[in-house]
Amino acid sequence: MIIKIIGGRVIDPGQNIDEISDVYIKNDKIIHVGLSKPAGIEREKDFKIIDASNKIVSPGLIDMHVHLREPGHEYKETIETGCRAAVHGGFTAICCMPNTNPVNDNKEVTEYILKKAGDLNLSRVYPVASISCGLLGKKLSEFSHLKEAGAIAFSDDGHPVESSLFMRRALEYAGGMGLFIISHCEDLELADHGVMNEGDVSTLLGLSGIANESESIMVMRDIALSKLTKTHVHIAHVSTKESVIAIGHAKAAGISVTAETAPHYFTLTDKAVLGYNTNAKMNPPLRSDEDREAVIGGLFDNTIDVIATDHAPHAVIEKELEFDLAQNGIIGLETSLSLGLKLVHENRLTLFALIEKMSTNPAKILGLETGVRPGIIADITIIDPDLNYTVCLKDFYSLSKNTPFDGWQLKGRAVLTMVGGKIVYSEL
Amino acid sequence: MQLRNKDILDIASLLPEEINFILDTAEKMKDISKRPIKKVPTLRGKTIFLVFFEPSTRTRLSFDVAAKRLSADVISMTASSSSVVKGESLLDTVKNLESMNPDIIVLRHFCSGAPHFISKRLSVPVINAGDGMHDHPSQSLLDLMTIRENKGSLKGLRITIIGDIAHSRVARADITGFIKMGAYVVVCGPPTMIPKGIEVLGCRVETDFSKAVKGADVIMVLRLQKERQKHFLLSSEREYNKVYGLSLKHIENADQDVLIMHPGPVNRGVEISNDAADSPFSIILDQVTNGVAVRMALFYLLAGGIKDDN
Repeated sequence: MIIKIIGGRVIDPGQNIDEISDVYIKNDKIIHVGLSKPAGIEREKDFKIIDASNKIVSPGLIDMHVHLREPGHEYKETIETGCRAAVHGGFTAICCMPNTNPVNDNKEVTEYILKKAGDLNLSRVYPVASISCGLLGKKLSEFSHLKEAGAIAFSDDGHPVESSLFMRRALEYAGGMGLFIISHCEDLELADHGVMNEGDVSTLLGLSGIANESESIMVMRDIALSKLTKTHVHIAHVSTKESVIAIGHAKAAGISVTAETAPHYFTLTDKAVLGYNTNAKMNPPLRSDEDREAVIGGLFDNTIDVIATDHAPHAVIEKELEFDLAQNGIIGLETSLSLGLKLVHENRLTLFALIEKMSTNPAKILGLETGVRPGIIADITIIDPDLNYTVCLKDFYSLSKNTPFDGWQLKGRAVLTMVGGKIVYSEL
Repeated sequence: MQLRNKDILDIASLLPEEINFILDTAEKMKDISKRPIKKVPTLRGKTIFLVFFEPSTRTRLSFDVAAKRLSADVISMTASSSSVVKGESLLDTVKNLESMNPDIIVLRHFCSGAPHFISKRLSVPVINAGDGMHDHPSQSLLDLMTIRENKGSLKGLRITIIGDIAHSRVARADITGFIKMGAYVVVCGPPTMIPKGIEVLGCRVETDFSKAVKGADVIMVLRLQKERQKHFLLSSEREYNKVYGLSLKHIENADQDVLIMHPGPVNRGVEISNDAADSPFSIILDQVTNGVAVRMALFYLLAGGIKDDN
C-alpha cells in the first residue's frame, strides 16, 4: 500500500528543506517528496491519504536519553510502556540508558532489550551500554561485544565516572572502535549529597545545594580528555551557564564534543522546588534563571546540539516522600516536543532549529540515516504546532506520572508518528 | 483574633500581627508556670503527639511540659522505637497516628520540609519542632519573646547571629522572625558556614567578627556542631574559638545593654566563654523558660482552646 501525506510543511534540516510538499510512502520507505506525482504511480484512489495541511512533516524525532527501567524496575516503566510514551510524544527512536538491573554491561541485556523492543513494533530502541561493568567505574565493559549486539553508545549515566584515568582509558578504547561516550558530568564529592541547585532557593528551603561547578568542572575535564584522546564525547543534560561556555570554547577549538540539554532546563528554574515539590527534583538540578537563559542561548547558537529528555520514570512511592529522600528525575517523553515548541512560540528558537535538535542532530551523532527524502526509511513525525491543549496525566502512556508539567497549558504536539512506514500513533 | 493556618510550619508563614498575638498569649501562659500548682484544665481531653525523628532533649521536654501544664494528654514517639525502623514511610506513620484522632501532631524531622509535606496530607494541625536545616518556628518565637521582654520591641534593634548559619535551622528561623518584626540582622561566621544567597532572607553578612559585634543590641551565638570538621568547614575548635568565640572582652564594643543569647546546648569554651555565658548580659536561661510559654500558647491556639473557653 502507498501512504500519501498531503499538504504538509516538510521541514528537513538535514537537506535544508522547508517547503509545502506531499510525501509518498511505499511499504517501509519514502518513495517520493514533492507536489508532483511520482512517475509510475497510477491508481491514486487506493492510497491511504493523510491530510497534513497546516501541520509540519518532520523526520522522526529521536530522544537520545531515556531510562526505560527494564530489566529490573518494571514497576516504574517497561520497554512497552516507554515505547508507547515515546510514540505518543512523536519519537520514532529512543536511546535507553544502561542503569537497569542487571546493568546493560553485557550483550545478553542488550539483546534482551532489542528483542523486546523489536517485538513491539513501536518506536525504535537503541540501547546505550555502560562504560564500566556494573556502573562501578572500575573495569571497562566489553565495548566490541556490546556494539555487535546492538549497543549504539556508551555511558555510565547516573553514576558519573569520577576517575580521570578511567575516563581517559574509556575514551581511548572507544575511539579505537569508532565508538563514542555519553558523559554524565558530575563531581560527586563537590556535589556533596546536595539535593537541589545551590542558591537563594536552597538557602530559603534549608536544602543542601549543588554548585554549578560540580557539573562544569567535569565538563571541562571531559573536554580536555576528548582532546587528549581525539575521541568524541557527548555531554549529557547540560544545566549550567559555565558548561555552555566551556562547550562553546571547546567547539571553537575544534574539539570533538557535542552536547544535549533537557526540556526542563530551558523551561524551569530552581523556583519550581518551592513548596518542596519532589517533581522538580532531578540530577543535575533545576538551576537559576541565568543558567536557563544560558541554556536557551546555547541552543540558539548551536553550542548545544540536541534536546533529549532524560526521561526518568519513578513510582509514586518514590516521589511522595520528604524532599531529601525522593528519587531524582522526571518523565519527559510526552511533553518534550510541546516544551520545545514553547520556545518556538516565544521566538527563542526557530522551528527549523528545534527539529534539527530533536531529529537531525541526534541522528548525526548516533550515525543513523534520517530525513524526508526518497529512498529513506519512513520514520516521520507529523506535528500540529498550534494545537492548544492541557497536559493531563491520564493521557500519558508512561507507567510513571512524575512530571512537574501536569495541568500546564501548552501549544503544539505530535499528532502522528510513523516508524518504518507504519503508523504507530495517530490523532489524524 | 485567630491564626490563619491550621499548622505552624515556619516563621515565614506567620504575619507580624499573628506573631504578636502568639507572644501576647505566651506572656499570659508564663504566669501558669510560676504558680505552685502549675496546671490549668484548658486542654483537658485533648491529645498531643510528639513525633521526634531526631534526638532532642530540650525541645521535646519543653513541648511535653507545655502540653501537660494545659492538661493535654501527651504521647511521645521517637524514630528508634517506632515502625520507622521496619521501613514504614513518614506519611504512613503519621496517617496511622492521625487515625488515633490526636488534636495536634508535633514533628521534628531531619529532612527540611518534612512537616510541610505531611501537613498538606493531614487534617490535624502540625507544629514543626525543627525540620532539617530549614526552620524551627517555636525557637524563633521564644527568642522573639525573650528579646521583646527585655527590649520592649524588636523595631530598629541590631541583632548579630554568629556561627554555622548554613546548617542551622535556628539561624534561618531567627533571621526571618527578627527581620519580620523590624530588627536589622547581621550574620557572621567562617565563609564555609555562610550559605550562598543568605541575603535573600534580608540579612547582611559580616565576616569580620569584631565589626559584627560592634554596636549590637543582641548577640545570638549558635552551637558549633562537633562533626563539622569532617566536612572541611573548620580547622579546629580551638581556632574557631579564637576567631569566632564570644567572650566578655568583645562585649565592650557592643551596646551597653547588649543581650547574649544561645539556643543551646552550649559548648562552653568553643562558641562562647564561661564568663560570657554566665554574665548578667546572658539571657540564655530565660529563653528556656519562655520556650515552655510559647509552646503552651501554640497548643492553646491550635487545639481550639479559645472555642472551649467560650
